[in-house]
Amino acid sequence: MDYSEIKSSFAKSRTGLIGLGILACLVIASIFAIIAIPVETYKNWNNPASWTEFPKSAQPIWVNWVSVKKIPEHVILDSHETVIIQNNVEKIAVQKFGVDYSYDYFPGEFLLDYKTEYSGSPVLHISVTRPDGVTLKLLSSSLPHSEHLTVYSDKIFSTNESIRKNLRLQKDVFSFPVQTKTAKEMIFAKSDNIEVLKGRYEFVVTLEGAEKLDSKFILGGKVFGIAGTDELRRDLAIGLLWGTPVALFIGIVVAIGSVISGLIFGVYSGYKGGLTDESMMRFNDVIYALPALPFLIILSVTTSNSVFLMIGFLMIFGWVGIAKVSRSMALQIKTRQFVDAAKIMGQKDMKIIFRHIIPQIIPYALASIAISVPAAITTEAGLSFLGLGDPTFPTWGQILHDAQSHGAAARGLWWWIVPPGIMVAITGLAFVFIGNALESKVNPKLRR
Amino acid sequence: MGLWKYFLKRGLVLFGVLMATLLLTVLLVGSNMDAILKKGVAIDVRTQIIENKKLVAGFANPNELNSYITNQIEERIKVLGLDEPWYSPNRIGLAMYKILVLDFGHSAFLTSDSGSTLVGDIILEKLPRTILLFTTATIIISTVGIFVGAMSGSKIGSKTDKITSSFAIISSSFPVWWIGLLMIFTFAFWYNIFPARATPLIPSTDSGYLVSLIYHMTLPIITIVMIGFGTWAYLVRNFMAGIMQEDFILVKKIIGVKQRKVIFGSALKNAAPPIITVLALSLSGSLGGAIITEAVFDWPGMGRLYFEAITLMDLPVIIGATYVLTVFFLISIFVSDLLYGYLDPRIKTG
Repeated sequence: MDYSEIKSSFAKSRTGLIGLGILACLVIASIFAIIAIPVETYKNWNNPASWTEFPKSAQPIWVNWVSVKKIPEHVILDSHETVIIQNNVEKIAVQKFGVDYSYDYFPGEFLLDYKTEYSGSPVLHISVTRPDGVTLKLLSSSLPHSEHLTVYSDKIFSTNESIRKNLRLQKDVFSFPVQTKTAKEMIFAKSDNIEVLKGRYEFVVTLEGAEKLDSKFILGGKVFGIAGTDELRRDLAIGLLWGTPVALFIGIVVAIGSVISGLIFGVYSGYKGGLTDESMMRFNDVIYALPALPFLIILSVTTSNSVFLMIGFLMIFGWVGIAKVSRSMALQIKTRQFVDAAKIMGQKDMKIIFRHIIPQIIPYALASIAISVPAAITTEAGLSFLGLGDPTFPTWGQILHDAQSHGAAARGLWWWIVPPGIMVAITGLAFVFIGNALESKVNPKLRR
Repeated sequence: MGLWKYFLKRGLVLFGVLMATLLLTVLLVGSNMDAILKKGVAIDVRTQIIENKKLVAGFANPNELNSYITNQIEERIKVLGLDEPWYSPNRIGLAMYKILVLDFGHSAFLTSDSGSTLVGDIILEKLPRTILLFTTATIIISTVGIFVGAMSGSKIGSKTDKITSSFAIISSSFPVWWIGLLMIFTFAFWYNIFPARATPLIPSTDSGYLVSLIYHMTLPIITIVMIGFGTWAYLVRNFMAGIMQEDFILVKKIIGVKQRKVIFGSALKNAAPPIITVLALSLSGSLGGAIITEAVFDWPGMGRLYFEAITLMDLPVIIGATYVLTVFFLISIFVSDLLYGYLDPRIKTG
């Protein structure tokens, strides 16, 4: 069959084009992930220490677009600009963090993570200017005295008791009793009743007696990023994006590997015939009758959970069906005259197989590759879901495994469950579409 | 005669598969199993000696007692043949023989509900539940699938056909266990109709246990049927599509036999051999495929047993469960071969 003919008829198949379109999107997403998200971020996926700044189980940010009441967004502000003011006594380092707060709920806790270099005993002040013009003093504390130049870093949480005490001293601002209120509620409340005051807040951090100040301000929220975060504070968008190249890699490598080995096995067996054929086909039967999933599980439990080994194991179970079909195709092709001609010319068996028989089966092989990809991806996802995945290569299946072990479905954390599964499904669907479109052209049985 | 030869050949192949599976399993888990067995022997011997108060009282100091115990353990290991390396042919042969006669030994961590640590007991307890869930589901799937498939296969290109085919293709790309998660989210969290965990909370001796079990079974069954029947319908459709073009069907149509009678009487009867083969395969395949689905729904069957055994690295249970699943799988392949040979006259003539 002519390749240009396949191409032109493929171009007419609607599902095939849809599949190709989805695949193109996935490839673009993979390239974007590889370029835009540093490998280190991805490698630290299973390292809780690298995710401490992120919120716990936050919904995706776009939930706010559809819901009437706006859920506070998680903000991480990294101040790059430090203003140094010189008065007649000492130097003062100032950093400002502006937050536009227009949500209907009070925020979560906030946190200031700062780092400085000083000698002597500098004093740290934190204050906030609210949209209504009121400035609240939150904290004044002196840093430990030091004779030499020392590097000092610390974190200040909004649950800090002195912040609450300081705020209570400024209770005149509020016309309601503030004794039972937490710091964040007082800061973000209207002065006449306990409702969120919307507008721009400016948090000012000043350090008297130091020249360097490097700080980060984190205002805890309940929505974050385009995919939200999970129970372990990980940004799901990163896992989902990076999962794409990994899944494509696993799927395509397994498919190509098993189709090529099945093809060669089957064609050789069919071409040789006789006892070789018989014994090779019995071997094929043995592999065919092995229960794949239990075996894959035993293999990954007892060897290692490396993703490359898993790719190998998936290939072991993938080639069998293709070997059967290509054998029967080889049986047909070997009766053709050009094969006889090549034989009479004295060409070697291997040359006849690779030059004359296999090229005839290539279109079918291409379709089989496309059709084998989804099975490889779902099997890998399934094994990962059982907790047998490679922790150095987080995949969609592993995200779902974590979701399952934290009871995400029963607790309603839908953003943790739905996207990974959809990714698995649409990746599979893309290849099924392409494969079906190809197969209906190359497989004479399905042509009508 | 050709039929018997065919069955014999298939039977031999399948027995070979069983042996290969066993050998492979034993080879893979051998070194780990060795450690587990030795540990088990050590614990056995130690408890036996310590419980024997008279014997313990006869020792002057703890050191003497300890060295006595160590000697006893070594002796026992020698008697059991565990002093040979695990890869010696004797040991492998013995291990394979033991598994072959369903003697899986004691589990490392897991126990059955009644407290037995015998792997055989544990599996016997879990197997019926898996069969209950997945056999019920498979029967529903095949009934619905055959009906829908026959309908759409008789009219290729019709609306029913297009919907069935696209549903089949789309549903087969979704992992069943993921749909399971979504179902739990929807019906256990959002609507709170069905329980999230499929294990009944009341003890299995209670009279209401069966009712409770069936109630807990609803969500898994709906999920499995939803994902499974599309593929079934598609398969049946393809078998039917070929048969509907055969001359004898055309003749029946022309002489005015009713459409329904043609489809369900003549055509479906002719499509029966491949359909029954698929049915036999999917009945056993459902047992293996249940591993992940049961883990999702927390259904107390073989699949969850497997999942727990993996999590705890309970090798005796893993081996036992793999063996049982393999045997079921092979038996059903064999049965489907038998049925095919019996139903399809072309096999007999070779």
